[in-house]
Amino acid sequence: MSSTLFLLQLLNGLQFGMVLFLVAAGLTLVFGVMDFINLAHGVQYTLGAYLTALCVAKFGHFGLGLVAGLLGALILGYVLEWLLFGVLMHRSHLEQVLGTFGVILVVTDGLKMLFGPAPLPLAVPEAFQWSVRLTPTLVYPAWRLAIMLAGVVLALVLWWLVAKTRLGMLVRAGSTDRETVSALGVNIDKLFRLVFAFGAVLAAFAGAMAGPLISIEPTMGDNILILAFVVIVVGGIGSVRGAFFAAILIGVVDTLGRAFLTGWLAGLVGKPAAASVGPALASMLIYILMALVLAVRPQGLFAGAGGK
Amino acid sequence: MTPGLRKDLALGALAVGLLAVVLFVALQIGAGGIVSLIARIGIFALAALALSFLVTQAGLVSLGQAAAVGLGAYVTLALAERGQSELLVQLPLAALAAAAFAGLTGLVVLRARGVAFIMLTLAFAQMAFFGVAALPAFGGDDGMALAARSTLLGVKVLRSEAGIAVAALLLLGLALAALTLVRHARLGLALRAAMDNERRAEASGINIPHVQLAAYVACAAIAALSGVLLANQADYVSPGYLNWHRSGELLVMVVLGGRRLAGAVLGAALVLVTEDLISHYTEYWKFWLGLLIVAVVLLRGRDLSSLFGRRA
Repeated sequence: MSSTLFLLQLLNGLQFGMVLFLVAAGLTLVFGVMDFINLAHGVQYTLGAYLTALCVAKFGHFGLGLVAGLLGALILGYVLEWLLFGVLMHRSHLEQVLGTFGVILVVTDGLKMLFGPAPLPLAVPEAFQWSVRLTPTLVYPAWRLAIMLAGVVLALVLWWLVAKTRLGMLVRAGSTDRETVSALGVNIDKLFRLVFAFGAVLAAFAGAMAGPLISIEPTMGDNILILAFVVIVVGGIGSVRGAFFAAILIGVVDTLGRAFLTGWLAGLVGKPAAASVGPALASMLIYILMALVLAVRPQGLFAGAGGK
Repeated sequence: MTPGLRKDLALGALAVGLLAVVLFVALQIGAGGIVSLIARIGIFALAALALSFLVTQAGLVSLGQAAAVGLGAYVTLALAERGQSELLVQLPLAALAAAAFAGLTGLVVLRARGVAFIMLTLAFAQMAFFGVAALPAFGGDDGMALAARSTLLGVKVLRSEAGIAVAALLLLGLALAALTLVRHARLGLALRAAMDNERRAEASGINIPHVQLAAYVACAAIAALSGVLLANQADYVSPGYLNWHRSGELLVMVVLGGRRLAGAVLGAALVLVTEDLISHYTEYWKFWLGLLIVAVVLLRGRDLSSLFGRRA
């Protein structure tokens, strides 16, 4: 494998990791603060991409469409919270799983009904339709770099919010001991609503940014949701820092595994054997990694009081 | 035999017996659609029953049950490809494969509690999904047609839908009886004790990791049996069998069925009959099923949480 190709895939992995982080960040906060399992978080990712694609098509401008799309996703998120999640929050995990699973079915099939199963078109915005020459042999698309930059900036903002503000203090306290925080006079439902809305917009933003790179279709949120779960358990439930590093780890391992594992195995066990097990092994790699991490640290990499 | 056990066995016999009566009538009047539907209900009830045992008796809300079903189907496919269609070989090997998978992943999964447990079962099921989808020998993403339907001692008992329905109801009845007996035996008591209060159960000498792993493995093995029949009914096996939406649907059946094991049969019948009815009118039946699920969850109120213990 050439070093250029490796570097390219490494960058792709980092970029994918950033998208994963944006989805996982809101999810891990909601788990941490409310012990609420939200399978429908992937729906926010899908809705973000759909609404942005529709608004961009309508306004003919990516920035405008993105803002309108995110606003729409926020409103839909709030409606869902008001109708359903606010009630489910106080129920058992089993009911949370069922209720949010029902939402997935409704939204996925609803989108199919409205827009058909075919992907919606969304192009990379014109201002980003160029590439950066990173090394003499490596040219990298500006849009992917923009996603990475946005991910890092949002991670820093999130870190500042959680570590340095009063709101963040409440979130951290809530994830350590919900009842005590509530007894101290903090409205935990209101806190949940804020955290939830924030997470919903982050996921929608991830969907909108990833939209031009993947196909925008009704089931796009499913896969990212499960990967976000992997990120969260590896990073430690409730930990934003854990989610950040785990997302990068998962993104890079997954991308590099898919790109190079089969070729690398061919050197070990021969081409035919590698061709038959390589792809399967590559797609299972992150789950094996997850199992290994949890075998050593059942609570995840960054769990515990200091892990926020 | 305690009165509780007698009542549970009677309810189980009633549930399976009702399906058998409907099957008999449908065969008499030649209603092929209903025979197929009963076969489907029997197959899915078998998988839902195993999950129901985990959820209601052990408090383990698994979102990965479809992986066990799918693995059973893939074992059937692989054996049929090699010319081995005997059920007496296929059923044990399918159960063994799913049990091995559950045993290995269970070691990691069962150390987690609450939301982490749910996420991990989902993640490992997804691993199995991507694993089989990347096997070129079995058609990859597209799946593959079953080379031949399974036989029992060389007799093609699963050739017709009626044969599959009878086989499904037989296996369902056996599994229901076995799990009902376990529920009232030491293992069942130990599992419920661990679900109610882990510390007290441990203090009274119950080895919680052991009993939970035993339940987790056994329920995967039972679910794999339904996969063998599913492969036969469809004459086809694809990664879609391991799709996590299937796991979600099985969980819906469990909750609709309630806390008794025999309820899983009712839950499976409810979901599949509803699907069947809605799909006559629209191809977007999942939309309406989703609305129905949300409505049921909201309307059933808080009693569910007390039914399934705080650790679910």
